[in-house]
Amino acid sequence: MSQPSRHRLSPGVAVAAGILLAIPIVALLWVPSYARKDPELWGFPFFYWYQMLWVIVCGFCTGGAYLLIQRDRRGNR
Amino acid sequence: MSAGTVQLAAGTKVDGVGLGVLLFFFLAVTIGGFWAANWRKADSLHSLDEWGLGGRTFGTVITWFLLGGDLYTAYTFIAVPAAMFATGAVTGFFAVAYTILIYPIVFVFMPRMWSVSHSKGYVTAADFVRGRFDSRFLALAVAITGIVATMPYIALQLVGIQAVLDTIGIGGKGNAFVRDLPLLIAFAVLAAYTYSSGLRAPAVIAFVKDSLIYLVIAVAVVYVGVHIGYHHLFEAAETKMTTKNPKTGAATGVFVPKSNNYWAYATLALGSALALFMYPHSMTGVLSAKSRTTIRRNTAILPAYSLLLAMLALLGYAAIAEKTSVIGSDGKANPQLAVPHFFRDEFPSWFAGVAYSAIAIGALVPAAIMSIAAANMFTRNVYREFLAPRATPRQEAQVAKITSLVVKFGALAFVLGLDKQNAINLQLLGGVWILQTFLAIVVGLYTRWLHRWALLAGWAVGMLYGTVAAYHQKSAVTQHFGGSLATFPYTHTKVYIAFSALVLNLVVVVLLTLVLRAVKAPQGTDATVPEDYYRERDDTAATLPGTDGGLPVSSGARE
Repeated sequence: MSQPSRHRLSPGVAVAAGILLAIPIVALLWVPSYARKDPELWGFPFFYWYQMLWVIVCGFCTGGAYLLIQRDRRGNR
Repeated sequence: MSAGTVQLAAGTKVDGVGLGVLLFFFLAVTIGGFWAANWRKADSLHSLDEWGLGGRTFGTVITWFLLGGDLYTAYTFIAVPAAMFATGAVTGFFAVAYTILIYPIVFVFMPRMWSVSHSKGYVTAADFVRGRFDSRFLALAVAITGIVATMPYIALQLVGIQAVLDTIGIGGKGNAFVRDLPLLIAFAVLAAYTYSSGLRAPAVIAFVKDSLIYLVIAVAVVYVGVHIGYHHLFEAAETKMTTKNPKTGAATGVFVPKSNNYWAYATLALGSALALFMYPHSMTGVLSAKSRTTIRRNTAILPAYSLLLAMLALLGYAAIAEKTSVIGSDGKANPQLAVPHFFRDEFPSWFAGVAYSAIAIGALVPAAIMSIAAANMFTRNVYREFLAPRATPRQEAQVAKITSLVVKFGALAFVLGLDKQNAINLQLLGGVWILQTFLAIVVGLYTRWLHRWALLAGWAVGMLYGTVAAYHQKSAVTQHFGGSLATFPYTHTKVYIAFSALVLNLVVVVLLTLVLRAVKAPQGTDATVPEDYYRERDDTAATLPGTDGGLPVSSGARE
């Protein structure tokens, strides 16, 4: 059987990836932080454009976590 | 309406151009659906791995289209703008937050699910629960919940197609047979190519669906910006939402949540996000990916669809700004017609036809995947587990194919025979129910500490509480099942019912686990080993998927 240890992430990477993934969750569940109308952007109230912005930021967070983990895996092989 | 309008004998106006465009795309995807059987050709389609999971070979791009087509359904594209149109942000726009939250969550647990399923040949989540907890009844509970929650979801895809047909001018009036014939034909064709091509069919069609929907939304976004203006759009929506409803005396809806519905918004988003990947069709989409990496990569690129969903949701507001009529051909107001009517009124017939096609084909993709997923569950966790333990892979595939037909026509009978409101009620309940399988599936991926009997009891309590709580919700239009929010027990805070049910479920499971562990109730044998949860595709040459079937195998089956 292959070495199970090679699948374990180094602690630093696991923590960093965990934080990256927690950021969008905390941001969106914290509704009071964005439930308001101002400032507007291109006619969009804050509530609406802010959440749409998080769609993109979330993509970067999961993408970042993916790259961190991939790099760590390669280093361990 | 434009020059393409023709008059039928019955007096109903049919949009000929729009119908022509719809028929063209329907024909194209029908050819694609049958051709799909030969796409990425396998030696034989006669196993669940091939028919029901497309050979588990889909790469990043195909998975993106397939999951996008699978998760963002026609019903979403109709219902989310409809909710925005009718009552605003809390019932509608939460879908954006919800479809963002799913990706970090999926990033964490779905690769484990993929690995253990790949390693053990599991086809459904219930297969995993069976192997992990050594309990066929817990697996049966998961499977039945999955099938029952999926059926109304399929039915609602049909409701999406009906909204389009009604807009074109087909249906609404006339005798029942003529009215429902187009839907019947569309579904018969869908059933035929799903039967012959399996999961490959929706994978191919998803390319057409998603390209169309991106095109339509891109055009709509520019059109709204130029012709309506986003400032005006939001102003019109705010005016409508803050106006008091003369019947109830309360505001029509919510434009921006206030402190009394922060929790409602957050729990709707979180509860729906946790529930989504418990649905069999999401699991099927994920398990058909060729590697763990494919899934993780997709969590970074799938959010593109959420941006699309946000723009679609805002079309509900656009319909408010443009005072789009939502009166159906039966003469009744129906917010679900907001988007199709918006396209009918604002665009030339041919482009409206493209939008109709995007919605209708958008219904076919998830309907196909859902029926395949439900069929996989029935085959693995009911048929083989309880009826025919010695079934061969070929027999399994055959049973699944027939089940997929039964499931689809069951959903069709549901929509045609019962009031549409029933399908919507059951879809609401489906979300509440499916979340009750979360603990067995997701917590089970990490630990066996929770006891199998406790999980079963917690599931039952959650199901019961959720059903009763949903039943007691009144709204302006219905006496029961009036919404997905209820006050959290012993508080005055409104939250998503599925969420309260899950909390209750968790409390029961933890308490009973402590008791059962104290009395040393038998725990069963774990069919999986820790390495199974990390395995990559190239590690598994030893396991032939579909042969050992992944039900508890002795430890000798390890590498």
